[in-house]
Amino acid sequence: MTDAISVRGLRKSFGPKVVLDGLDLTVPEGTVHALLGPNGAGKTTTVDVLSTLTPADGGEVRVAGHDLAREPRAVRAAIALTGQFSAVDALLTGAENLRLMADLHHLGRQEGRRRAAELLERFDLVDAAGQVPSTYSGGMRRRLDLAMGLMGRPRVVFLDEPTTGLDPRSRRAMWDAVRGLVADGVTILLTTQYLEEADQLADRIGVLDSGRLVAEGTADELKRLVPGGHVRLQFGDAATVRAAARVLGVPAADGLVLEVPGDGGVAELRALLARLDDARVDVAALTVHTPDLDDVFLALTGRPAAEEVPA
Amino acid sequence: MTTLALTVNDSATMLRRNLVRALRYPGLTVIVAAMPIVFLLLFVYVFGGTLGAGLGGPSGGRAEYVAYVVPGILVLAITGGAQGTAIAIAMDMTEGIIARFRTMSIARAAVLTGHVVGAVLQTLVGLAVVVAVALLVGFRPDANPVEWLAAAGLLTLVSVALSWLSVAMGLWTKTVEAASNVPMPLMLLPFFGSGFVPVESMPGALRWFAENQPFTPVIETLRGLLTGTAIGSSGWVAVAWCAGIALVGYLWAVRNYERRPAR
Repeated sequence: MTDAISVRGLRKSFGPKVVLDGLDLTVPEGTVHALLGPNGAGKTTTVDVLSTLTPADGGEVRVAGHDLAREPRAVRAAIALTGQFSAVDALLTGAENLRLMADLHHLGRQEGRRRAAELLERFDLVDAAGQVPSTYSGGMRRRLDLAMGLMGRPRVVFLDEPTTGLDPRSRRAMWDAVRGLVADGVTILLTTQYLEEADQLADRIGVLDSGRLVAEGTADELKRLVPGGHVRLQFGDAATVRAAARVLGVPAADGLVLEVPGDGGVAELRALLARLDDARVDVAALTVHTPDLDDVFLALTGRPAAEEVPA
Repeated sequence: MTTLALTVNDSATMLRRNLVRALRYPGLTVIVAAMPIVFLLLFVYVFGGTLGAGLGGPSGGRAEYVAYVVPGILVLAITGGAQGTAIAIAMDMTEGIIARFRTMSIARAAVLTGHVVGAVLQTLVGLAVVVAVALLVGFRPDANPVEWLAAAGLLTLVSVALSWLSVAMGLWTKTVEAASNVPMPLMLLPFFGSGFVPVESMPGALRWFAENQPFTPVIETLRGLLTGTAIGSSGWVAVAWCAGIALVGYLWAVRNYERRPAR
């Protein structure tokens, strides 16, 4: 598998403020990579640099097989950006916005109209096609925005906080649209403040803090990185709890429950149950608690994750 | 497609976009077109009798002043259009779609060229309306078709030059409000030239300024073409000014566009 995006030592400062401090990032073709981080972590700046909007101060970046600094036009021909600020023309109707994109991709009149109709259909905008975006809901506007980006059949799509400020239903519709893109083989770099969004959509997640990746991996790998995971064991009576506590060497808790620290991996569970079996201690119920990404974020950056931004 | 064909193609697409936008949001265009007509009527009917007498011609009075003031009004109309262009591009830059354009593989200058060509077309329509109103209030030019054509050509050239300059100004300013203020001095320039009174009637330093600023040769050339006064070297000086302003405006505009912050 080749890499759709590869970033080595990316640096960017605005005046004295260092925004990206040696960022490394690799996104294999056809996968979804989420950049997770609070406001000001450098997510949007990363997207701006990778989409050729902002020049980098240093580092090597290749997008869709082209060097960003040397071949920006080739990069632009292969990408699309959907930002947190809707990139639609407010005075043109939905259909006109799409046909404008078709013209700029030199699709020709017939093909342009055909593709516009197809995208309106796909993104459930047929009824709104003749109206200007100011009459659209937030979700419709984002869908139009994404549809416009797809006119040129991009191989890499940047989604900058695609669901910030959307209601849960619109958010799910947007997630479905993103999954549809993935099915088409498009590579996606997604930025988000929502842990659930990264968990739902991304193959791999990078946690960005102060312009550096502080952790990277699948959602499960990240969850295993942090303490806080435990196996919760429930027993039938107080005597059994005390016996189990002795065997496992954990302090006896109140009630009939014991919490044993661990990541909940299969080997660990097997060992745990084997020890209880050997001591002839019966377990009534067992649940595994892995930390969610909120725990991950807190552990990695020392701060809670998303402070909700008013949309 | 070649680079040139792509640039022309993309610029035409952007031009269509701007014309549709101008039709959807006509307020700005109407104000820009109405302003010079108001000034024409003001100067002909309110000031025209007195100013015309001061021209010292054989007949004097309002009829003579109409002939004198129309070239100045035409240039004023172009400066009004320039202000509209600066506002339009500053407004456009606040739209997210500009960021999208910059991430697309389209000719870099196309967004700006589309604005300039659209502005020039709108200005020419406005000028045609001003000329029609001028004819209604008694403007009687003696120009032959070639002279009309030359006058139209010069007006187009001035409009192109001021459009590039105003696009640059609109990009340079941070807000739409500032974009509407920065071109103001341009609108005053015809008054500090030969647009409304002969420069000979002005005091020393002002007269020197009036004689050497770009709008005076433009106005003198238009006056010569339309009403048969002497043009002298004004024609070439006017063309040179326009070329210079267009070049500076273009370079400044492209530089501002490239250097704008991402969003």
